[in-house]
Amino acid sequence: MKEHLAARARATSNFELHSWLFMRVSGILIALLLLGHIAIMHIFHHVEDVNYEFAAARLANPFWRIYDLALLGLALAHGLTGVRIALDDYIRSRGWRVLLKTVLWLTGVLFLAVGAFVLFTFEPVAS
Amino acid sequence: MYKGAQGMYSWVGRRVTGLGVVLFLLFHIADTALLLWGPDIYNKVVSFYQMPLFRLAEVGLIAAVIYHAVSGLHIIVLDLWDTSHSYQKQLMVLEYALFAVLFLPAAYFMLAPWLLGQGR
Repeated sequence: MKEHLAARARATSNFELHSWLFMRVSGILIALLLLGHIAIMHIFHHVEDVNYEFAAARLANPFWRIYDLALLGLALAHGLTGVRIALDDYIRSRGWRVLLKTVLWLTGVLFLAVGAFVLFTFEPVAS
Repeated sequence: MYKGAQGMYSWVGRRVTGLGVVLFLLFHIADTALLLWGPDIYNKVVSFYQMPLFRLAEVGLIAAVIYHAVSGLHIIVLDLWDTSHSYQKQLMVLEYALFAVLFLPAAYFMLAPWLLGQGR
């Protein structure tokens, strides 16, 4: 049972500790934000209501842009951290780990950039 | 092979629902990005969500999100309070009760207008 102490002595950063803490804190925040998101988008409105005009009306209010931005960043980081942990569990070869984690990071940066770009720059066009 | 009790099934459930939801998240970021291409393309793509298959998948998505959330809250409780480990059975019952309380009404309000055809 001394393995964890040896691992502790070898560690050069607290990355995994911070990752663990982030999953708890972000999980609670995402759950709270999703209560609102699900109530509005799936209970009070339904898939028939969701179209360009609906999205434009919602994004006309800066509150929802900030709300969605928070949800985007937290959910993406939480979800991809989960994928990272699963990769560590199943992928044992060093080469594949490097490759898949590179793909994972690029995916995170790309989708965060695209999502944030939409939320910052969207201007509705008349249809 | 390790064969745990409820705790292991919770872990499997959390992992499967988590990976499923993050996959949807990536699709959802992509479909929302179509807003920048204007109404025609955006409306065409989001109208797919009205197909019966996607309406059922939507209920499955909400079930996965709620399960992942209550199961995550459960492990936060186990992480923070040592004594909670003595009440594993009770906590598990509480988790499933919370899931039912949140999911069943949500499923009803999502499915009822569609199945009963109240013009929504």
